[in-house]
Amino acid sequence: MIDKNSRAILSVQGLRASINGTEILKGIDLTVKSGEIHAIMGLNGSGKSTFAKVLAGHSAYEITGGSVQFEGNNLLELPPEERARSGLFLAFQYPIEIPGVANTQFLRLAYNTVQTKRGKEELDPLEFDDFVREKMKLLEMNPDFLDRSVNEGFSGGEKKRNEILQMALLEPTLSILDETDSGLDIDALKTVASGVNQIANKNNAMILVTHYQRLLDYIVPDFVHVMQAGRIVMTGGKELALELETRGYDWVNANKSVTGVIA
Amino acid sequence: MNDLANTDYLECLLKSWPIKPTESLSWLNQLRTQAIDRVGTQKLPTRRDEEWRFTDISPLSRLPYQPSQPECNLQAHNIEHLTLKEAKHRLVFVDGHYSPNLSTIIDPAALVIGNLPAFVATHASVLESHLGQYVQFDNNLFAALNTAFLRDGALIIVPKNITIAEPIHLLFIATQNEVTSYPRCLLIGEAGSNVTLIEDYVALQQATYITNSVTEISLAANAHAKHIRIQRESTQAFHLANCAVSLAHASNYQSTSISLGSQISRYNLNVRLTDEAAECVIDGLTLISERQLADTHTCINHAKPNGTSRQQHKCIVDDAAHAVFNGKIIVRPHAQQTNSSQSSRNLLLSKTAQVDTKPQLEIFADDVKCAHGATVGQLDQEEIFYLESRGLSAKAARNLLTYAFGAEIISRIPVTSLRQQLEQAVLSQTQSN
Repeated sequence: MIDKNSRAILSVQGLRASINGTEILKGIDLTVKSGEIHAIMGLNGSGKSTFAKVLAGHSAYEITGGSVQFEGNNLLELPPEERARSGLFLAFQYPIEIPGVANTQFLRLAYNTVQTKRGKEELDPLEFDDFVREKMKLLEMNPDFLDRSVNEGFSGGEKKRNEILQMALLEPTLSILDETDSGLDIDALKTVASGVNQIANKNNAMILVTHYQRLLDYIVPDFVHVMQAGRIVMTGGKELALELETRGYDWVNANKSVTGVIA
Repeated sequence: MNDLANTDYLECLLKSWPIKPTESLSWLNQLRTQAIDRVGTQKLPTRRDEEWRFTDISPLSRLPYQPSQPECNLQAHNIEHLTLKEAKHRLVFVDGHYSPNLSTIIDPAALVIGNLPAFVATHASVLESHLGQYVQFDNNLFAALNTAFLRDGALIIVPKNITIAEPIHLLFIATQNEVTSYPRCLLIGEAGSNVTLIEDYVALQQATYITNSVTEISLAANAHAKHIRIQRESTQAFHLANCAVSLAHASNYQSTSISLGSQISRYNLNVRLTDEAAECVIDGLTLISERQLADTHTCINHAKPNGTSRQQHKCIVDDAAHAVFNGKIIVRPHAQQTNSSQSSRNLLLSKTAQVDTKPQLEIFADDVKCAHGATVGQLDQEEIFYLESRGLSAKAARNLLTYAFGAEIISRIPVTSLRQQLEQAVLSQTQSN
């Protein structure tokens, strides 16, 4: 929800980033305040996944310009684990499989690491088990997934649920969901969306990176941004997603120079 | 090394051999005598031998360690930390010598289990047809030496259609410095039997010694055996081991071997699928650091149709350590419908760590499925980033991924307490601070 009294969680100004010498992000400006849900849409190759990874601190990208403030701190100075510990979360488009590590072990490790940073008590395996099972209900996940290796042999939908489960456990201030809707059938999409909606509150914020409008039927954004060639070329309300769905991205090309920002 | 030194080394080893021929043991003495003859015609292998291309064992020639003498002062509490609560049967050998005091045999009526010499008279014909029949010593110096010194050893015969639910633990403990021990095992699984055998080589302290072991396993039709082999010798020790497995019709052999210890170790595992529809699963994990060298040579020999083999071997190599894996798979001309897969995955944790991996497929049948693959690499950056993005430090992420790489193999060990011991060992070796 938009609330004019809310505080800025993320403030991105003129962010530029490249990989192997090729510039992908060419000056991004974005402000995200608490309680808000932002959608970033765009075609493949527009740079939206790169933006998500750069915010999370992926070391393959070189920051070549601009600044990012997160909760009042210079985000770009922090290593990825510090970003996570201070409340930034990236739900991966392609979650990594880790054979040999039980999911519950991994989830507890991540949870306790973040809890410690927040000055809270760690949970022992038994306490954590109760806690995580509650959270799994939110996503209608089978508890059997706790004992399996992290994401190993999970279907696409199960992997995405496992991402949202981590988000539910870590209670981030800012969640970036990178193409969380890809590979989900409609039932899984509804479950995942319902989980996300239950996590969203007035103190946190979300950025949904998505190609299609479909996800936005279930998670209603306050702002929709269109990304193209490494820049945000258009910003609007939730109706912009519908506009894109009917008119296609070509329409953006025809209108961006005229309208610029239609907010 | 010149030949003179070589001969001296072997003569030096053999002169301590106690020959006491007795009438009832004549076949056994014959076997030993043949082995001694074979020792006399062989040389210590060098890197010029194809089978030893990657492994230089010349340091052995400077260590003509005598066979250990039985001098066991161990009490039960000394080995308590090595015992496995799931294993009801435990045979303990100290420096190669059977220790009845430390061993536990429950319900001996269900199977034949104990020290080899105790059965030489009562089970002469079965022993004669199995002992020394699978590990060939004609072209294998270390097997010949082991056979020449053959005395104590573990004998297990699982009778027809009997399932032994609890695992059998063979514990080989090294206590003496500068000696050679010659452990020996023979497992005979009669038709339809089922057993889990743990072969466990440990040291009570850091010491320099040589273990030269031979294990033979024969499974009759429809017999099942799980064979878990743990090599956690002193990191100053030398471990040379030969294991041969013979599989009859529709028998099933599953092996998990873990190599952690020894300065230089070499494990030869030969599995022969001698009849139709036999199956084997062979998993291995080598985890070494500093200047350790661990060499695993396996050979899976499909001699008859419809056999299945699956093999996964992993190495985690740190510091200036060197791991070798040579995995030969032979599919004989008549072994149609063979289904075989082999995977060798290797993780190098330092710039000076080294792995030589060599899949070797020799396929003479035309209607078979054989898949194989080998990878050598470092930890995956995307996996590290995933863990970092969940709050783990780069170091914690690396540690966890390294642990996981090994844990995948260890997780297949069906004995909980042993699995936990090994997980702990992997943790302490892979967790840098």
